[in-house]
Amino acid sequence: MAKIIVVTSGKGGVGKTTTSAAISSGIAMRGHKTAVIDFDIGLRNLDIIMNCERRVVYDFVNVINGEANLRQALIKDKRAENLYILPASQTRDKDALSVEGVERVLKELADDGFEYIICDSPAGIEHGAFMAMYFADMAIVVANPEVSSVRDSDRILGILQSKSRRAEQGERVEECLLLTRYNPERVEKGEMLGVKDVEEILATKLLGVIPESETVLKASNQGIPVIHDKESPAGQAYSDAVARILGEEVEHRFMSVEQKGLFQRLFRRSA
Amino acid sequence: MPLLKSNTSADSPTTATFRLKGGLFPLTLLEISRFDAVDFEQQLRDKAAAAPGFFKQTPVVLSFDDFAGEVDTLALADILTICHSQGLLPVALRSGVESLEQQAKALSLAIMPASRVKPAPDLQIEQQTEPSEQTESSASAANQSKTEPTEPCQLELSPTDHVEINHSPSKIITTPIRSGQQVYAPGGDLIIMAAVSAGAEVLADGNIHVYGALRGRALAGVKGDSSARIFCQSLEAELVSIAGTFKVDEDLRKEHWKMPVQVGLDEQTLSITPLV
Ligand SMILES: Nc1ncnc2c1ncn2[C@@H]1O[C@H](COP(=O)(O)OP(=O)(O)OP(=O)(O)O)[C@@H](O)[C@H]1O
Ligand SMILES: [Mg+2]
Repeated sequence: MAKIIVVTSGKGGVGKTTTSAAISSGIAMRGHKTAVIDFDIGLRNLDIIMNCERRVVYDFVNVINGEANLRQALIKDKRAENLYILPASQTRDKDALSVEGVERVLKELADDGFEYIICDSPAGIEHGAFMAMYFADMAIVVANPEVSSVRDSDRILGILQSKSRRAEQGERVEECLLLTRYNPERVEKGEMLGVKDVEEILATKLLGVIPESETVLKASNQGIPVIHDKESPAGQAYSDAVARILGEEVEHRFMSVEQKGLFQRLFRRSA
Repeated sequence: MPLLKSNTSADSPTTATFRLKGGLFPLTLLEISRFDAVDFEQQLRDKAAAAPGFFKQTPVVLSFDDFAGEVDTLALADILTICHSQGLLPVALRSGVESLEQQAKALSLAIMPASRVKPAPDLQIEQQTEPSEQTESSASAANQSKTEPTEPCQLELSPTDHVEINHSPSKIITTPIRSGQQVYAPGGDLIIMAAVSAGAEVLADGNIHVYGALRGRALAGVKGDSSARIFCQSLEAELVSIAGTFKVDEDLRKEHWKMPVQVGLDEQTLSITPLV
C-alpha cells in the first residue's frame, strides 16, 4: 500500500515545494520507491527545484486526460535512485484536475509499487489545494513562525479533517507540523513566534523545525534539493524529518540560539 | 458543519454563476417592547456608544414578541429609519402579526416564523404568557428557550409556565475546532475536549464547555436561553455571547484573560467568573 502524503500550508511561499523536493528525495534515498507530484497547475516549479524542467514532455494533466500514460510522464530523478517526478502542466489551469482523474493516477502509482507519493500542494484553499489533499493519508502542514501563516495552517488542518476522503469516511488524516524558515535569533528578540507558541496554537505533532538558511536558496537555484547538502543545517533538519516520517525517534534540533552557536563552533573548527 | 458543506463541484466543469451553500449565522434579535421614536433612538444611541464595534451595519431581526400595546399601529418604516441611523441593519421581521408582515414585505424584510409554538390557523397568537418582568427593550434575552415550532409535542411534557429546554443529547467533539470551522449543537450542550482556534465559531442552544483554550467565538443559548453558560479552560476568546448578549475580545482582555472561567448572564450583563 502506498502512503499518500500531502505537503500543504494555506499561505503561499512558506516552503511547500522546497519541502516536497527535500522530503521525497530523502525518503527515496532511504530506499523507498517514491513519486512526487506537482499539484500547482499553471505555476509549476517543482521541476525547476528538482532540475528536470528540460526533461518535461508530458505532465500530470496529460495523464489525467489520457493524452499520455503515466510511464511517459514520470521523470526519473538523476540523484535519488528511487525517485520519480510527475510535473505540473504549465498551460492548463487548476480545474483540469478532477477527483476521478487524480484518484486514477494515484491508484496506478500504487499498483506500480510506489511506496510513498508526495503531493506538493499549491497555496490557498481552492480547488488545486483541495485536490492535493483529498486522498492524503498524512499531511505535512508547512508553516512559518508568524501569526498569519499559523492561522492559515490552522485553517488547512480544519479543512483536511473535514473535507478529505478520510474525513468523509469518518477517519482522520495523520497530521503533523513542519515549521520552516525558523530563525532562533529573531524568536529570541520577539520578532517571530517560537516553536512552543506555534505548537500550543496548532496543537498538533511537530515533525520538525527547518532553520532559515541561505543554502536553501542556493540549492533551489542549482536544482539540487537541499537535503543533498549534508553540511547545511536545513539539509540536516530535513533528514531528521524524513527519519521521523519513517518512524524513527530523532531529537529535535536547530530550535535554539545556543544549539546553533555550538553547531557553528564545531563547523568552524572542522572546516 | 453548515458553513463547511463539502463541495463536490470538483468533478463538474461548471459555468454556473452561483451555488447555494448552507450557512448558519447567529443573528441578534432586537426585541422591541415599547415604541416611542425619541426614546428608542436615544436608547439605541446609548447602546451604540457603549459598544461601537457592534453597531456597524450589523444585521438584526426585529421582534415584537413582547410588545406591550397595539402592534397594529406601528410603522415599521420609522423603526427602520432609526435603526439605520444608528448602524443597525434590520434584515428580517419576527412577529406573526399580519399587519406587520405586510409592511415588512413592502420594505423587503425577510419574515421569520414567530418564536412561539405555531398556533393552529384558527387560534390567535398567545401574548404575554410569561412573567411580565421580561419587557425590556434589550436584545433577545426575553425568549427563554421556547419550543421550536417543529416539535410541538414537547409542550405536553412541561406543565410549568417555564417552557422546558429540549433534552437533545449533548454534542461532544474531541478534536480541535480550527479557524474557519463552525460547530453548532442544536437543542443541547456542546462539549469540546480540545481548543477552539481563533477564527472558529462554536454555538449551542444550551451550554458550551471547552476543555482547552477558547480563542474563537462562542455563543451559548443562541435560541434565547439566558440561563446558558460558557465554560472554558483558558479565556482567550474573540467573542462570547449568552442569548445574544455578548462581549468582545477588547473587553474580555481586561479581566480573567487566559484563565479558566465561566460566563453567564446576570440580569442583562455578562458575568465572567474564575473557575476554581
Ligand atoms: N528554510 C529556508 N530558509 C531560507 N529560505 C527558504 C527556506 N525554505 C524556503 N525558502 C525560500 O522561500 C521561498 C518559497 O519557497 P517554496 O517555493 O518552497 O514555497 P511554496 O510554499 O512552495 O510557495 P508557493 O505557495 O508559491 O507554492 C523560496 O525562495 C525558497 O528558497
Ligand atoms: Mg510551491
